[in-house]
Amino acid sequence: MPNNSQNFDLECRNLVRYYGQFAAVDDVSFGVPQGDFFSILGPSGCGKTTILRMMAGFDHPTSGDILIKGKSALNVPPNKRPVNMVFQHLALFPMMTVAENIAYGLVRQGLNKSDIADKVKSALGRIDLPTSGDKNIKQLSGGQKQRVAIARCLVLEPAALLLDEPLGALDLKLRDHMKVELKKMQDQFATTFIYITHDQSEALVMSNHVAVMNAGKFEQIGSPQDLYYNPATAFVAGFVGDSNRWHGTVERADQTGVKVVSSDGVQLLATAAGQKPLSAGTEVDIFVRPESVVLSEDPARLSDMENRIDGELISVLFNGANSRALIRDRATGGELDVALPQTGEFSTLAKGHQVHLGWGLEQAKAFAATSAPSSSEAPA
Amino acid sequence: MTLKSSTRLGLFLLLAPLLLWLVMLIILPHADMFMVSLREKIAPRTYALSLTNYAEFFSEPLYWRTFTRTAVMSIIATALTLLISFPVSYYIAKMLRGRMKNFLFLLCLVPFWVSELVRTFGWMILLRESGVFSNALQWLGLADGPVEMLYNDATIMVGLVYTSMLFMVVPLVTTLDSLDDEQVEAGYDLGGNAFSVLRTIIIPHAMPGIVSGSIVVFMLTLGNYLTPVFLGGKDNLWFTAQIYTQFITRFNWELGAAFGFLLLALSSLIVWAGLKLSRQTLSETMG
Repeated sequence: MPNNSQNFDLECRNLVRYYGQFAAVDDVSFGVPQGDFFSILGPSGCGKTTILRMMAGFDHPTSGDILIKGKSALNVPPNKRPVNMVFQHLALFPMMTVAENIAYGLVRQGLNKSDIADKVKSALGRIDLPTSGDKNIKQLSGGQKQRVAIARCLVLEPAALLLDEPLGALDLKLRDHMKVELKKMQDQFATTFIYITHDQSEALVMSNHVAVMNAGKFEQIGSPQDLYYNPATAFVAGFVGDSNRWHGTVERADQTGVKVVSSDGVQLLATAAGQKPLSAGTEVDIFVRPESVVLSEDPARLSDMENRIDGELISVLFNGANSRALIRDRATGGELDVALPQTGEFSTLAKGHQVHLGWGLEQAKAFAATSAPSSSEAPA
Repeated sequence: MTLKSSTRLGLFLLLAPLLLWLVMLIILPHADMFMVSLREKIAPRTYALSLTNYAEFFSEPLYWRTFTRTAVMSIIATALTLLISFPVSYYIAKMLRGRMKNFLFLLCLVPFWVSELVRTFGWMILLRESGVFSNALQWLGLADGPVEMLYNDATIMVGLVYTSMLFMVVPLVTTLDSLDDEQVEAGYDLGGNAFSVLRTIIIPHAMPGIVSGSIVVFMLTLGNYLTPVFLGGKDNLWFTAQIYTQFITRFNWELGAAFGFLLLALSSLIVWAGLKLSRQTLSETMG
C-alpha cells in the first residue's frame, strides 16, 4: 500500500490486535479511497469484525495506526469519530419511531429542530419510506429496517460507513434484493462503504475492492474480477468462487507450466500461481473452476486441451443458468464439478452417461500448498 | 359432553389452591376488616355502622401527619434504592461476564438468608451508643464521647434502603440483561455521550424493571414495621406502628382497621400515580 494517504478516506497501517497470545489481526495495512465500496471477506473468526470495531473505536489496536481522512483516529473516542457503523443486528432503537431513530445522531450534534426535521424528511425520501416517519420500528419489514439503519448513519455524512454483515439475518431472497439496493444507496449518498462479510457473493456483487482475510491476515486485495480470475493464494482460490481441487506434487516445472502428479495418481498440467516459486518436489494445490472445464461426448473436440479426463455422469444439478454436472473420473474415482453450458446441448444427459472432460493449462492454477493443507470448504 | 365436564373439573381443581388462597387469606379477612373499620362502639358489645373511625384519622393531626410522613419517607427510600441499585445492576448485568456475574448476583442475595429481625439487630449492634461505630470513632479520636447513631430518620432510611436493595436489583438486572450491547454501542457510534446514552437508550429500555422494582420496594417500605420501629425507636412515627398501637396497645380494632384501609388506599394511589407518570402499565411491568 502506498504511504500517501491524501486520497484515502480511511487507512489502516500495520494494524495488529492481540487477545492474550492470539493474534486476531496480524499486521494488516490497507487504504480505502473516497467513494469506494470496500469489502473484507473472510470466514468467521478470521478477525474481520475486530478490524471494523477498531475502526469504529470500540476496540483498540495493540499496535499500528488507523487514519480517517488522513488523521490518526487512535485517540478519538467512538462518539467523536467521523465514521458510523451499521450493526449486525442493526441496533435500531425500539423505543423510538423511525424518524426519531434517523434524527438520533443529528440531535446529538445539537442541530436545531427545523434542520433536523428537513434532513430526516429528505433521508426518509431517499430510502423510499417517505410516510413511515411516525411508524414504530416493529412495524417495519426486514429490508425496511435495514434501510433505516443505514439512513440513520448516512444523515450524519460520515467519512465512511462501516457495515458489519448487516444482511446476515435476512432470508435469501431479500438478501439478493438488498445487495442491489445497498449498491444503489451507496451511489446515491456517495459515501465510502466498508463492508464485512463471510458471503463471497455479497462481496463480489457489491464491491469495487475486496480484501480476502484469513487467520488475521489479508491474503489479497483486489477487484472482484481480480480475486476470481487471478487469485494470489491457495486460500483465495478456494474461498472465492467454487473450484475443483487436487493436491499433488510437482514433477517438473518450466516456463510453460508445471506438471503435477496428484495424490490419487492423475497427471495434471497447470500454471504456476502465487508468490512462492514451484520446483520439482513442491507440494501443490491445483484449482480449476467448474466453468473452465469443457464437457464433450466427442473426445476429438478436446484434443487441444492439456488436461483430459474420461468420466461418468453421476448426476445433473439443474439450477437454470447455474446448472452443474457431477462427474466421476473413471481412472481415479474422484468427483468433479462441471458447469453445464447454456446451449441446451447437454439437456439429454442422464446418469451413467460416458463423457469426456478437458481444460487448458491456463485454467488450472497451482499454488504451493500451505503447511496446514487448507481443507476449508469453499462456501456455496 | 363428558370431555367438556372433565376438562372443566380439571381447570377447577387447578385453580382451587389459588382461589382458596385468595378468598380465605386475602378477600375474607379484608372484607371482615373493612366491616370492623366501619363500626362504632356505642355501648359494651353494641356497635353501629358509622364513619367515625375515618373521621378521627382526619381530625387528629398526629395520625395524618404520620401517614404523610410515612408516604414521603417511603418515596424517598424507593428513590434512594433505585439510585444505588441502578449502577450496581448495570455493573452486574452489562460489565461482568460468566462466573463473576453469578457470584456478585448471589452476593446481593446472601443477606436475605438471615431473618430481617436478626439483620436489624445487626444494625443496632453497629450503630448504638455502645456499638461498634461509636467505639471506633472514639478510638480514632474523632469523637469525644459515645455517639448515638440510632433513633433518627437517617438511620431509618439506611435500614429501609438496605432491606429493599435486592427487590430492586433483581428486576433491574433482568431487564438490563436483555439490553443488546449493540444498542449501547450504536448510541455512542451516532455521537451520544455517556449521559445521553443512559437517558435515551438504557433507561427507556430498563423502564419496566425500574417501575416494577420501585412498586415492590415502595410497597415493602410502606408496610415495613420492624426496621422503622427498631432503628427509629419509640418516636419513629411510622404508620404501621400506629396501626400496631391501635390493635395491640389500645385494643381499638375499629380505628386500627380503618388505618389499615387508609394505608391500602394510599399505596394503591401512589402506585397508580407512579405508573401514570412513567407511562407504564401494570401488565407491562409485571408481565
